[in-house]
Amino acid sequence: MFKIVAKKVLSPTVKQFAMAAPQIAKKCQPGQFVIIRIDDEGERVPLTIADFDRDKGIITLLFQEVGASTQQLGQLEEGESILDIAGPLGNPTRIKKMGTVVCIGGGIGTAPVYPIARAMKAAGNRVISIIGARTAELLIFEDEMKNASDELYITTDDGSKGIKGFVTDVLKRLIDEEKLAEVMAIGPVVMMRGVAEVTRPYKIPTVVSLNPIMVDGTGMCGGCRVAVGNESKFACVDGPEFDAHQVDFDTLIARQKMYIPLEKKSCENGRGGCKCHQS
Amino acid sequence: MSPVMKKHAMPEQDPKVRAKNFNEVTLGYGEDTALAEAQRCLHCKTAPCRQGCPVEVNIPEFIQHIKDGQMDEAIKSLKSYNSLPAVCGRVCPQEEQCEKHCVLAKKGESVGIGRLERYAADYAREHGETVTAPQRAANAQKVAVIGAGPAGLTAAGDLAKLGYAVTIFEALHAPGGVLMYGIPEFRLPKAIVQQEISNLKKLGVVIEVNAIIGRTYTIDELLDEEGFEAVFIGTGAGLPHFLQIPGENLNGVYSANEFLTRCNLMKAYQFPKAATPIKVGHKVAVVGGGNVAMDAARTALRLGAEESYIVYRRSETEMPARLEEVHHAKEEGVQFRLLTNPLEVVGKDSWVTGLRCMKMELGEPDASGRRRPVEIAGSEFTLDVDVVIMAIGQGPNPLIQSTTKGLDTNKRGNIIADEETGQTSRPGIFAGGDIVTGAATVILAMGAGKKSAAAIDKYLQEKRQ
Repeated sequence: MFKIVAKKVLSPTVKQFAMAAPQIAKKCQPGQFVIIRIDDEGERVPLTIADFDRDKGIITLLFQEVGASTQQLGQLEEGESILDIAGPLGNPTRIKKMGTVVCIGGGIGTAPVYPIARAMKAAGNRVISIIGARTAELLIFEDEMKNASDELYITTDDGSKGIKGFVTDVLKRLIDEEKLAEVMAIGPVVMMRGVAEVTRPYKIPTVVSLNPIMVDGTGMCGGCRVAVGNESKFACVDGPEFDAHQVDFDTLIARQKMYIPLEKKSCENGRGGCKCHQS
Repeated sequence: MSPVMKKHAMPEQDPKVRAKNFNEVTLGYGEDTALAEAQRCLHCKTAPCRQGCPVEVNIPEFIQHIKDGQMDEAIKSLKSYNSLPAVCGRVCPQEEQCEKHCVLAKKGESVGIGRLERYAADYAREHGETVTAPQRAANAQKVAVIGAGPAGLTAAGDLAKLGYAVTIFEALHAPGGVLMYGIPEFRLPKAIVQQEISNLKKLGVVIEVNAIIGRTYTIDELLDEEGFEAVFIGTGAGLPHFLQIPGENLNGVYSANEFLTRCNLMKAYQFPKAATPIKVGHKVAVVGGGNVAMDAARTALRLGAEESYIVYRRSETEMPARLEEVHHAKEEGVQFRLLTNPLEVVGKDSWVTGLRCMKMELGEPDASGRRRPVEIAGSEFTLDVDVVIMAIGQGPNPLIQSTTKGLDTNKRGNIIADEETGQTSRPGIFAGGDIVTGAATVILAMGAGKKSAAAIDKYLQEKRQ
């Protein structure tokens, strides 16, 4: 059993848990993820590690309630436990001194970008971060990202905070202004695809972290395959980070929608008590 | 009196009924039948049956105990060679192993050795077998076993019996490996697997789940920091193969591993009570001709598919699946599309709508000794299906090899280990089962686990001196 030592409600559907998981906290690196299972009948759900404290033996997990399992998870309170956490999984981010690095986080994708930005800065890079969300209430990790970056830009689709527009608008401006060694982007697939299209003509190395549907997370099931270049790759053992210019985002978007009809059925049957079918 | 030349039949669920449920297909011998079948054994002095058994079970001995009604002795004899008799009695390819060498098989049918093994194991389980932990010294040497599948469980059982302090590290949340995620409930009830595992725990084996070696711990950490003096790697074949044909990333294409894991380990057949969903489909094509393919095709029917096809590019003669499994699949209504090679998964709006195939004929034998399938020009057709399951084998998982320095692998990525001892290129590290040989059978993995346990014992004894 793994205990929730602290819970924060970041927005009505975004929750943050600090979990007691000493062995994972000891080993995890930026870019890695875990697989959790709430109870005996639970799904195996992959979640990226948003932060970790090796001394306290704690990892921070952050999730958006989108289906039955994340709904059910969101209802758990501080002091309660979940059955399984396995990890850390996936390959760590390649961190080295490169020059100016742009770290982009969209929505809750900002959470896994944070430890990467921090590590990029520690490695001696100039870190420019861009975090974006639909609206001001959905922005997360603003202070953390500010501390981890040399410069921070905020964008909102509706202009309720920061610059009105998309993270890609700021990125275009940065490309005009200076030489960028690498762009790292984590967020909704549509955003990552947008970032890839902006940097492609300039051949700026661009890395995205993919979160396809996954079961075991160790390579066994092959469910998380993504088309990269002309090959099928398994996000869990080959990734989760890939060269954004090689990723077939359209296939990824389609595969992520595979279980939506079944998810609705699951919600209707009372798991998690979500309202996703009512909208 | 001349011996009865035919094996006693195994009672089974009616095919029409069982194709709709997950209960066990075969029901096991009753006492009278078991006794009558045991009477068929000639107790040959040379016991050729034993030569066919990868773990050398003393077959004439345990059958003699059944004859004598000494069931405790029968299970004791079995367990001294085989930690998982209830599993082996169900899923071993006995017809290719012990039973193939039975003297009776020369003139009629062999003794039903597998069925008798199952009977003894089930009897013991149902009558509350007692497991006593072996004596273990306070300073017993620690051995790490990686992977709680057939190879790892066997190695762990043997090492625990020899007095070592054994910890199994399992990446998934439940121990059992392929016995839990791969082989369906209707062939191997999960409660039986868990019972065998709980017996191992009673022997003192510790099982740490959710522990991914290569990530949660590295092998070097186990050896250098956690105090383990030897390691056995039994991680199996953990990376599914795909055909590399167009359309394989369409929604509705599964590896057999994923399809079976969702159903068996994650209990997707109870969805939404269990949270893991599965896309069953109305018409399902399973590509491949092995036991895993049969399992997937039969599982699809049980989950409600109207049509379930086996698509295999050679003929039935070349099929690697056990005869019994092919027979059961046919009885249940699985349709065989033989000499049929998939070319492309076709789809619409990112979902599978069909499998474009080509008819094949058999030509000259190839490197495997089997006749090579050759395309028949102009024979293309599209099978109307909405789910495609690839059951064409698995390769080795790279996690351990990529994080363990000096551990030699072959060009396929399998760990190189001595066939007799499991010794790898690194002292103190042993390996066996599918991670070494490539995908094979439960019993061969167990045989490898057994040999490695003996070699680890020898290694640790020498280390003590």
